[in-house]
Amino acid sequence: MTLHSTEFSQKIRDPDQPLLKVEGLTKRYGPRIGCLDVSFDLYPGEVLGIVGESGSGKSTLLSCLAGHQRADLGRIAYDGRDVLGMSETERRRLGRTDWAFVHQNPRDGLRMGVSAGGNVGERLMAVGARHYGDIRDKAQDWLGRVEIASDRIDDRPSAFSGGMQQRLQIARNLVTGPRLVFMDEPTGGLDVSVQARLLDLLRGLVRDLGLSVIIVTHDLAVVRLLAHRLMVMKSGRVVEQGLTDQVLDDPQHAYTQLLVSSVLQV
Amino acid sequence: MTDYNFAYLDEQTKRMIRRAILKGIAVPGYQVPFASREMPMPYGWGTGGVQVTAACLVPEDKLKVIDQGADDTTNAVSIRRFFQRTANVAVTEATEEATVIQTRHRIPETPLTEGQILVYQVPIPEPLRFLEPRETETRKMHELEEYGLMHVKLYEDIARHGQIATSYAYPVKVEGRYVMDPSPIPKFDNPKLGQNPAIQLFGAGREQRIYALPPYTEVVSLDFDDHPFQPSKAAHDCDLCGAKDSYLDEVITDDAGGRMFVCSDTDFCAGRRAKGHTGRLGEAA
Amino acid sequence: MIRVENLSKSFTLHNQGSAVIPVMAGAHLSIQPGECVGLTGQSGSGKSTLMRMVWGNYLAAGGSIMVGQTDVATAEPRQIIALRRHTLGYVSQFLRVVPRVPTLDVVAEPLLALGSPLADARAKAADLLQRLNIPERLWPLSPTTFSGGEQQRVNIARGFAHAYPALLLDEPTASLDAANREVVLTLIEEAKARGAAILGIFHDEGARARVCDRLVDVTGFTPKVAA
Repeated sequence: MTLHSTEFSQKIRDPDQPLLKVEGLTKRYGPRIGCLDVSFDLYPGEVLGIVGESGSGKSTLLSCLAGHQRADLGRIAYDGRDVLGMSETERRRLGRTDWAFVHQNPRDGLRMGVSAGGNVGERLMAVGARHYGDIRDKAQDWLGRVEIASDRIDDRPSAFSGGMQQRLQIARNLVTGPRLVFMDEPTGGLDVSVQARLLDLLRGLVRDLGLSVIIVTHDLAVVRLLAHRLMVMKSGRVVEQGLTDQVLDDPQHAYTQLLVSSVLQV
Repeated sequence: MTDYNFAYLDEQTKRMIRRAILKGIAVPGYQVPFASREMPMPYGWGTGGVQVTAACLVPEDKLKVIDQGADDTTNAVSIRRFFQRTANVAVTEATEEATVIQTRHRIPETPLTEGQILVYQVPIPEPLRFLEPRETETRKMHELEEYGLMHVKLYEDIARHGQIATSYAYPVKVEGRYVMDPSPIPKFDNPKLGQNPAIQLFGAGREQRIYALPPYTEVVSLDFDDHPFQPSKAAHDCDLCGAKDSYLDEVITDDAGGRMFVCSDTDFCAGRRAKGHTGRLGEAA
Repeated sequence: MIRVENLSKSFTLHNQGSAVIPVMAGAHLSIQPGECVGLTGQSGSGKSTLMRMVWGNYLAAGGSIMVGQTDVATAEPRQIIALRRHTLGYVSQFLRVVPRVPTLDVVAEPLLALGSPLADARAKAADLLQRLNIPERLWPLSPTTFSGGEQQRVNIARGFAHAYPALLLDEPTASLDAANREVVLTLIEEAKARGAAILGIFHDEGARARVCDRLVDVTGFTPKVAA
């Protein structure tokens, strides 16, 4: 099976070049600020957490980065390519191959009327896979990696638990070997024990596949375990960024200090 | 009848429809929106096809109308009479004599020729509709040629039934560009869509779309490398005319499980019998 | 291997009237490969603060902290991440792990992060857990349910899984029984023997006397109150 995605994923990765370079990204909704003048670099294999309260602009930022919304100002370079200047065809293609997006609600990221195997296979078929047996094998392999029993391959996600749906969404996203994964509150709405299992899975995948991840969450415990670096947002602005444990253990900005001190200790 | 304009529709409307048809022919497989009119028949009875036929007809035309291959079913008879009354055109049941053929769910067995127009009645023109309900999204998918989803449907078929179970309205790709719903014709007819000398026009009244295949267009049925497209029919010969390679209807003949298979194309079957061919239950005409 | 020069630190408490609290000034420290330096001083004198600054989770206000070729005081986050992966190990007093992950994999993780094959990493982890007397039946379980002493030993095993050239040890022998304390001290001696530079906090005086080559009293780094 020849997949266009292999040409992406096998590209030689220079760990010293940022995979994603964001400069001055700004999005306004009329007079209201979505996000303002956000800049950062993301390197291969890095997990960047974006935290802040709801309304802080973290989800707006994520959707601008992933191309779901158009930023008003700024630059995004992915692997040296100007993302905002790309044609929509190119950008959507990137979204199906080299990028992945994991939604908070698996219903937003899955086709509920299509079997688990079909959900995982879709991205393969979208990039030209035309061999049923190969597609099914690959789907089977990925279901295994996200700990979904192989006899569930022909079941629809509506018959799955919330945690299974979220794992299926991850398999569906990672099957084409993306290099950059956007995650919007991936553990939100899950039971604590299910959350832990998902965190473990994500950590393993990040490590084994060398993924770069941007994860938006309001859960500081999740970012402590998952993110290498942290960006704290308030009112659309990045008020502090740095090493995750440094930001959490020695916060410099007033808002971050408030945020960290507000967390209930378990 | 002088109470109606020729072929029922006013000239402005016909002009509007012809523009849509020309655009459709220029961009094979692309769904052109048009301002579908109220017709004196309910949606689902072929209002799209009737408007396309009305826009194509000229007084010299000879019209044939078929429904599921038959010239003598209610739908075919009503539409034929409609145009007899409103356009006063000649009508025929013979495929080779007709200049315009309006059809529901079949392509005639007799090969079409240059100069003929085949008009299809289309209930749902969007092949991606059952997988993606948002029109904005399906348009974007056509625009950007994102057709992976179409194969997801075929994948689901194989996963569920062990083979591609879609047996009618089987999706095709036109000239390597647009994925198109060929209307609910049996997939047995799909190979006739491609490289056809006739003009093929598709009209969807309720959905307000027209699309087209100009003569000799490349049309490929979607499939997988390891599950190739297979046109299928009942494994029988026609019980009336003995034809081995025509599409068959199954007819239940009694309460004791008796049944017969007959050509769905009545003109084709009658023509064969006229030439002396007979099947298991048939007698020479 | 580790060289701290003129290091200072203050906390600004924005939510308490923006009070600025200077906690350290003019700190100096140098540790050679194969050397173990113990920090002393009363509780609250800044031992943990200094150690956290070397680890990088406390920001320095001024000065430099060289660990190998990296100045932790000014390095980019990703440089510190690389430093922690390859060069600098840390045994803290708290075990922070993803719940549900088996103890064996918690210990193997630093090796996996370096690209070791799973089997090798697990073998090394098993060896350490064995030495630290964690019963094998506990290995498939998450350490989050373990007793304090067991968690501490899992933390130590994790910190010693990879042969880091520099190691930070925060009370490694606290809450251990005599046998396990002995194992940990042996591990420290082995690390020194292979050339690791170690910075430690030991309240356990016997342990301190046995493994530390020098002691540094952090009381000397407390800023003189100006007012």
